Amino acid sequence: MDAAVVETDTHHKAIMTPAEPLIMQQRAPKIVTENVTVHYAEKQAIFPLDISIPDRAVSAFIGPSGCGKSTFLRCMNRMNDTIPICRVGGRITIDGSDIYDPDLDVVQLRARVGMVFQKPNPFPKSIMENVAYGPRIHGLAQSRTDLEEIVVKSLKRAGLFEEVKDRLDAPGTGLSGGQQQRLCIARAIAVNPDVILMDEPCSALDPIATARIEELIDELRENYCIVIVTHSMQQAARVSQLTAFFHLGTLVEVGDTEAIFTNPQERRTQDYIMGRFG
Amino acid sequence: MTDMANPVPARAGRPQTTVIDAARLKKRYRAEARFRWYGIAAIGFACGFLVLLLSDILLKGLPAFEANTVTLDVMLDDSKIDADAISKGNFNSIVNNAIRAQFPGVTSRSDRRALPKLLSFDAVDKVRREVIANPSLIGTTRSFDLKLSDEADLFLLGMSTDEFDIPVTGSVSIEQIEDGFRLTSSGNDFAGVLARVKQRLETRRDRLSLDASKLERVRDRLAAEMPVAEAAVAEAGPEATDTHPAKRRLAKLQADTSSVAAALARLKAQTDELSDSINNPTRAETLTSALPSYFVRLPEKGVVKIAGIGSDYITGQAYMPVAATGAVAAGNWSLVEYSQPEADRRINDREIIWLTSLRDAGMVKSGFNWPFFQRGDSREAEVAGVLGGMVGSALTLLVTLLLSLPIGVAAAIYLEEFAPRNRLTQLIEVNINNLAAVPSIVFGLLGLAVFLNFFGLPRSSAMVGGMVLALMTLPTIIIASRAALRAVPPSIREGALGVGASHQQAVFHHVLPLAMPGILTGTIIGMAQALGETAPLLMIGMVAFIVDVPGGFSDAATVLPVQIFLWSDLPEAAFQAKTAGAIMVLLGFLFLMNAVAVVLRKQFERRW
Repeated sequence: MDAAVVETDTHHKAIMTPAEPLIMQQRAPKIVTENVTVHYAEKQAIFPLDISIPDRAVSAFIGPSGCGKSTFLRCMNRMNDTIPICRVGGRITIDGSDIYDPDLDVVQLRARVGMVFQKPNPFPKSIMENVAYGPRIHGLAQSRTDLEEIVVKSLKRAGLFEEVKDRLDAPGTGLSGGQQQRLCIARAIAVNPDVILMDEPCSALDPIATARIEELIDELRENYCIVIVTHSMQQAARVSQLTAFFHLGTLVEVGDTEAIFTNPQERRTQDYIMGRFG
Repeated sequence: MTDMANPVPARAGRPQTTVIDAARLKKRYRAEARFRWYGIAAIGFACGFLVLLLSDILLKGLPAFEANTVTLDVMLDDSKIDADAISKGNFNSIVNNAIRAQFPGVTSRSDRRALPKLLSFDAVDKVRREVIANPSLIGTTRSFDLKLSDEADLFLLGMSTDEFDIPVTGSVSIEQIEDGFRLTSSGNDFAGVLARVKQRLETRRDRLSLDASKLERVRDRLAAEMPVAEAAVAEAGPEATDTHPAKRRLAKLQADTSSVAAALARLKAQTDELSDSINNPTRAETLTSALPSYFVRLPEKGVVKIAGIGSDYITGQAYMPVAATGAVAAGNWSLVEYSQPEADRRINDREIIWLTSLRDAGMVKSGFNWPFFQRGDSREAEVAGVLGGMVGSALTLLVTLLLSLPIGVAAAIYLEEFAPRNRLTQLIEVNINNLAAVPSIVFGLLGLAVFLNFFGLPRSSAMVGGMVLALMTLPTIIIASRAALRAVPPSIREGALGVGASHQQAVFHHVLPLAMPGILTGTIIGMAQALGETAPLLMIGMVAFIVDVPGGFSDAATVLPVQIFLWSDLPEAAFQAKTAGAIMVLLGFLFLMNAVAVVLRKQFERRW
């Protein structure tokens, strides 16, 4: 790239747009990261990175492919632990507690931080079983009726219940792509998480299904801290309140979505938003 | 987007359409068609051989599933059975008398001794068993279905010799002569038999003249060497002793020449004699045991074996008593040929006549050979069964399955899901792959050294066999299971981890069920391999001759493939049928296992 050559191991403070983002004043910070780095074996994927993510709002990570936004997202529920060569440095706190604390139970963490993936990945089981799996392994329901209640509630909140209420025993894999993704969201919220991480949740969906999911995300932000990685600038503009622009493993600029899209401070942000690279 | 690379240069503002020239296109189609034909030819070839193999086994093996019994009235003479010690009773004599009673005309001592050999030794056992079970039978006469001997069985199944009825037209007149009977036909019926005999003689003469021409070549070679040898002797001079190499060589040559000449003369005499017979179609012949057997069947069960034959008469001995001399009208007598010469079969002419007379009297019943599935091995072909091998195989495979499935799947899950990726696990992986390629007999040696000699486990037992086969099957199961686990999409694993499942929960709740069909397929393939395995079991003594059906894991046992191996080695013709029969049973087992695999796989797949 041009002027934006990033020197390794130097700490670039991201530019804040505006200097005090409105959303951060209105909401409490939920996730705070300090000096987070990620290495895949010898290759550094994330350079020291600081960001605060507000509660009960949607934060969008944008940036060109390979900029590290998905990798960073996966640090927040320690999904990167499953990759043996991946090392995470620095400090990530959720509600003030360090999630990389050796005493912290990673299973507990993932129950608090739900995740929705790029490709809908319902379990090859019934719709009921898909949603009930999380509550069951965490012992959230005392009885079968409790469990069914949780399932129905989650499906309703994911906006899927009306479509599938007659066939809860049908396989989840038999649903359409958009329905499958909403099923995955229902599955994630069934365990009462605080945070929902979404890794390009609409990239495999058609525009109509995308619109439904976006609507759903908008509704869910009342109760959850949502972090969404997206390649679609329009989507980021539509659903998020905070936008963070990543480039080559660094956080370039972060701020209120409106401010980022109308008045970006950084040249690279501007270029990306205008579609000059990416 | 507009500057997208286009191999064809744009002309007049529009890219030219790519045109593949016709010859190239044609060539491509030809290549495709050719490849399709290769495929069809390969499949046809494979199918052809499969059909050949299966039909051969079926043809050879089907007689093993059929058995003949003879229904005899057995007098359970109380003078021969002591009611207090039934098992010590003289049942041999009882059964022997029962069969002799059917042939009152058989009086010569040697024939009376030969008659009971038509029956299996099992016949005596059967009578004894029934009397022991029901002692009130002593002193009564009861009819029993008794097993025939293997050779008798084979004859009745048509496996010993072909049987031809030669049509007759005229009447025959019987007259008693010095040593037998002389029969004259009014319808020239014996001429046909004589012609058949002459035909046989002709083939024999052709064979002999072939031998003679070979011998003549040897003689010519010897004759050519003679002058050389003589010259060598002359060169050695008169002072050479008899032990001089040249002289010894000459002496050897001379001896060889004279013995070849003698053999040639013998052959010549034989061929001349045969030629004489052949050139003179009406000359009478003597039927030796090297020629097919011919019988004349007369009224009231009389049978005359033809010993000498002229163009209009035969002479011969009565093999079954001839009721009366005089004329017998056409239709009341017949001519039979058994084309396999008596010298070339194990059942002799007398036994054939006895058997056919029992058969014609309706006393022989043919039925499904249940004992084949109800008994263990035996030295007597007619009672040898596959039950021992089947039970042994089942027990062995059970041990194999119980050991190799849990160990193999556990190892696969650990290696695939939990083990750290380092040099040690890489080494283990390479070695598992190597183990899958180790010849199975090596596992047998290992079993012999470790399980038998070190741990002192029972020799020949299904337990040790199963353990050895488990060692052999493990790599197959591990490799198949790992492949199946790896084939589960990572998104499923991530989905489970994403809702807070632990690594283990993700594996056992989601990955393993999805991998199960593949694991089962691998397991069944491994088990099928183990079912057909012989070599390692030879090492641990499962090749022993075991009559009893094993009752447990530590009993001496044998397995189906070893049973097949053992039987295939035996010379009796009946065991060849048993071998093919046992192969059919083994194949049946394999098909069954594959069917179970398919059903299980469907079952597991349908759950979602």
